[in-house]
Formats: sequence, C-alpha cells, structure tokens
Amino acid sequence: MIKLNNVTSGYMGVKIIKNISLTFEKGKIISIIGKNGCGKTTLLKTASKIIEPYSGDILLKGKNIFDMTSKETAKVISYLPQNRDIPNIRVYDLVMHGRFPYLGFPRIPAYEDKNKVQEALYMLGIEKYKNKNIRELSGGQRQKVYIAMVLAQDSDIVFLDEPTTYLDINHQLEILEIVKDLKKMGKTVVMVIHDLNSALTFSDMVCLIDKGEIIVYDKPQEVYESGEIEKIFNINCHEVCASDKYEKQYIFSYASNL
Amino acid sequence: MKAIDTLQKLSIRKSLINNKKAYNFFVISFLLTLLLVLIFISICVGSSNIEISDIIKAISNRCISTSEYKIINYVRIPRTLSAIIAGSGLAISGLILQSVLNNALASPTIIGVNSGAGLFTALATAFLPANFSIMPLAAFLGAFLATLAVYYLAKKTGASRMTIILAGVAVSSLIGAMTDTVLILFPDTVISRTSFIIGGLTGVTMNRLFMPGIIIFGSLIVTFIFGYDLNVLSLGDQTSKSLGLNVDKTRFLFIILSSLLSGSVISFAGLLGFIGLIVPHISRLIVGYDNRILIPTSVLIGSSFALFCDILARTLFAPYEVPVGIIMSFLGSPFFIYLLLNKKRRLMYD
Repeated sequence: MIKLNNVTSGYMGVKIIKNISLTFEKGKIISIIGKNGCGKTTLLKTASKIIEPYSGDILLKGKNIFDMTSKETAKVISYLPQNRDIPNIRVYDLVMHGRFPYLGFPRIPAYEDKNKVQEALYMLGIEKYKNKNIRELSGGQRQKVYIAMVLAQDSDIVFLDEPTTYLDINHQLEILEIVKDLKKMGKTVVMVIHDLNSALTFSDMVCLIDKGEIIVYDKPQEVYESGEIEKIFNINCHEVCASDKYEKQYIFSYASNL
Repeated sequence: MKAIDTLQKLSIRKSLINNKKAYNFFVISFLLTLLLVLIFISICVGSSNIEISDIIKAISNRCISTSEYKIINYVRIPRTLSAIIAGSGLAISGLILQSVLNNALASPTIIGVNSGAGLFTALATAFLPANFSIMPLAAFLGAFLATLAVYYLAKKTGASRMTIILAGVAVSSLIGAMTDTVLILFPDTVISRTSFIIGGLTGVTMNRLFMPGIIIFGSLIVTFIFGYDLNVLSLGDQTSKSLGLNVDKTRFLFIILSSLLSGSVISFAGLLGFIGLIVPHISRLIVGYDNRILIPTSVLIGSSFALFCDILARTLFAPYEVPVGIIMSFLGSPFFIYLLLNKKRRLMYD
C-alpha cells in the first residue's frame, strides 16, 4: 500500500499536481485517467520517486519513500515510462537489468537473479526472443520485454505510464491481460491510460484527474455514474452489453454542446 | 518452477552465451597479443634500430653506459608507455561520454576538456613563459575546471544529457574567446600553442608520465568496476532511476572520470582528441554494447592504435617525425568508414 498525503509536484518550479491525497491499495489495478496535460504522468512519476514533490509525503507501509535509498525503493516500486530510448541491447540483458537493485559489486547475477529473469521471460512468452537485439522487435514485443524487466525487478508496486499507447489492438489486450496476471501475483498496478473503456473495464479503481487535482477516485462503476468523465472530457458515455457472453463495455461519442 | 527449470535445461541460451564468452575471450587475447607485439616493435624501431639481443642484454645486464640502454630506458620505454597510457585514457574518456550522454559524437571536447586545457596552457605560457614544467599541471587543471563548470551549469538546469551538451558548447565557446584574447594580448604564446594543438609524444619522460599514469590507471579501474552501472544508465534517466541507480551521482562520477582521463593525457601529449571519438565506435562494432567487455576492448584497441600510429610517426620519414595526430586521422578515418560500410556489423551496431 502506498499513500500520498497532500502532494504537490511539477517541473522547474511549475506546480502540475496540487495537494493530492490518495491511497493505492495492495493487490489492485488502479487506472489514472484525465485529459492531456492534466498531471497523470506527473502523479505517477512523483509516486514512484522519479521526481521529488515540492511538498507532501509519500508513505510506503508508513515509511516516507524519500527516506529510503534508491535501491531499497527499487525493490518495492518499479516504474515504466512511456517514452523510452531504444538501447542497443539483447532482450535477455535488458530483462537482467531488472535485477540491478539486487546486485552488489561486482554486479554479477546470482542463480536467483538468473531464475527470476528466466521466469519473467517465460511468463511474458518472450523466451524465443531472448538473444535478439530489442531494436529488431516490434513495438508490442518491446513493451513485453520492458514489462518482463519490471517483473524481474520483483517489486510489489508497479507503475505503468500508458502501457498500451501506440500498440495494435491485439497487443493492447495482451498487455492488459498481463496487467491482470500481475494483479494475480499480488502486485499493485497503477497505470496511466488513455483508453477509457479499458480503464473502466480492467481496473479495480479509477482515478480521474483534471488540472492537477483529483476529481473522483472510486470503483469504475461509481466513476462512470458520477458523470464526471462526460464533464471533464466533454463527451457522451454509454454503458453497453452485447450479450451475457461478453463483459460490459463503454462507448463514447463527441458532445459538442455540453 | 519445474517448468522453468526444464526450460532452462532445454534452453540454447547457455551455449550461445558460452559462444559469446569464447568470442570475447578470443578478441581480448588477440588484442593483447597485438599490443605486446606492438610494444616490442615500438622498443626496437626508431631512428636507430635496436636488435632483440641488445634489448635483452641492455635490460638484463643493466649496462648503463651503452647507448642501447640509454635509448631504451630514456626514450623508447617512456614513449611506448606514453602511447599506451594516452591511447587507453582517451579511448575510455570518449567511451564514457558517448555512453553517459548517449551521443555518438561525444568526445572529451564536448565537456570543455580541450578548451579548458587550451586556456590554462595559454595563460601559463603568457604569465610564466620560462616555467615549462607547469604546463602539464596547467593543462590538467584547465580541463578539470572546465568540466566542473559544464557540469555545474548543466546541473542547475536538470543535468540531462542535452543540457550537458549545451552547457559544454556554451562553456567551450566562452573559454575559446578567453583563449583568443590571451593569444592576441600575448602573441608569443601562439608559438607553443601549435605543438599543443597538434599533440605528440616526443620527449615524454618517465617523470612527466608518473602522475598522469597513476590517475589514468586509477580511473580505468574505477570505470571498469562501474561498467555495469554505465550499461544501466544507457537505458535513459527515468528507467535507470526506477531500477535504483542514482542517476545524478553516477553521471557526475563518470563525467569526472572522463575529465580525469583526458585531462591527464592532455597534460603530457597535448590534444590527441581523435582516439576518444573513434576507438569506442570501433570497439562497439567488434564486441557490442556491454561495457564490461567494451571497456577492456577499448583500452586494448586505444593503446594499440596509439602505439601503431606512434611507430609510424617516427619511422615513416625517419629521422624526421610526423605528428602522431596526423597519422591517427589518416589511418583511423578510412578504417572507421570501412567498418561502417560493412553491412553485417552495421546491423549489429545501429
């Protein structure tokens, strides 16, 4: 469980998120939604200690994460940014980087580290690519490799910044299934996501942000019923269910006169 | 777990890694042999050639009075060592900067090392013209202070790769203007500046090599120890931070190491910047991206390349010498172009 108390954060002195207080419960999938530039990524980066807040506390099991060393934090919290360099590296070696917080000098992986990497490759179904350079892979395959790295990191809390953006529908759904698997493993997954339907159907909790402030943070159904999604995004939102065989879905349409 | 164990047993990874290890071992052994051969040639050849038997005799009997002993001890060994130290120091300095800044064109010039050393040597020549012994110290101090200025400026704006490069450009051009002012106000300094800019290993003594040698050796060891951290840093700031790497401290450490390496080389060899740019690329083309193998490979290639160029520099037109920097450019550029044109290697490298 990770708790944010009155957190204000941003870049170069500009406050992007203001006085945010919320708790990410253990073992849940939490989606952060909101318009472009509302502070979703800033919230994710602050909660995962990538950037330091201007004020407020971030508590992990009651302990301020800024009192922990970088490696201590990395053993508990992992963060996958949206925009990444594509390094010239073999898949296996990249996934092994997930074990960095556990490696002492001279950074030689132990049997356990190799095992964790093997498990991650196996779980993501990328065993067959492990000797390939990640530059040879497609966007979807690369995303899986990075998630395997996060899995090898073996942290309880996983922050994913737009994990499905730029992916085809097959890979989008595959990544969301992987997110569900992470939950089954007892991990807390907090992700920024633009696809509102995925956010409402795959998550346990949805956090709607606007202008750096939380508008509503609740279960997907409650967030939908609050009508705030329609207000913030200036859209019409409808719940649909094709038949008993399929899960409930949400469709959206542009609302010019709202 | 059982399934994973079985997978591990069936996996071909082990054999592939073993092959990679064997390849790396072969590369290192080959380069080490090449370096030893070049050391031997470097001691033997020059404006007066020395026979192997004379070398053995001179070293084993310590016949201090013989000319062979004097040439070997006071000219050839210091010169050979200086080429090895300069080659390895510049190669690793460039390798560090290319990795830390994720910029293929990064070389010690980019963090203000050359301009800093240039200003301080110009100042030393202008104000202490009779004191030649202060030149190496001035070059080193200039290089180091310019790097600190670049890093301080970059840190104020977030110390990202781009801000370091921009701060480097800004500091270098400011220092360049200051150097030009010194050169105009003290025209006599222009004469010694030419040899500093071309660079060379002529007249290097063991005394002059002692301090830079220790600094370079120490910096190489530290760089090798932290080689894996350099790999993690290449994933980008956010990802490496998330993996528990202290990005700012690591980047600062490596930039200081790079400055120590190139500043130390400048202090006895002047500006031999070309190795710092080209050797890391050649090494990457041969052994790939992993700094744990890339660092020793670059050390060996950098030393061998500098040594080979120095041998040519003093033998091609003996008894006259061609500045070693010119030979380096003539040989290194075509070889680099050849490697880039080799499709298979380019695929691995791009």
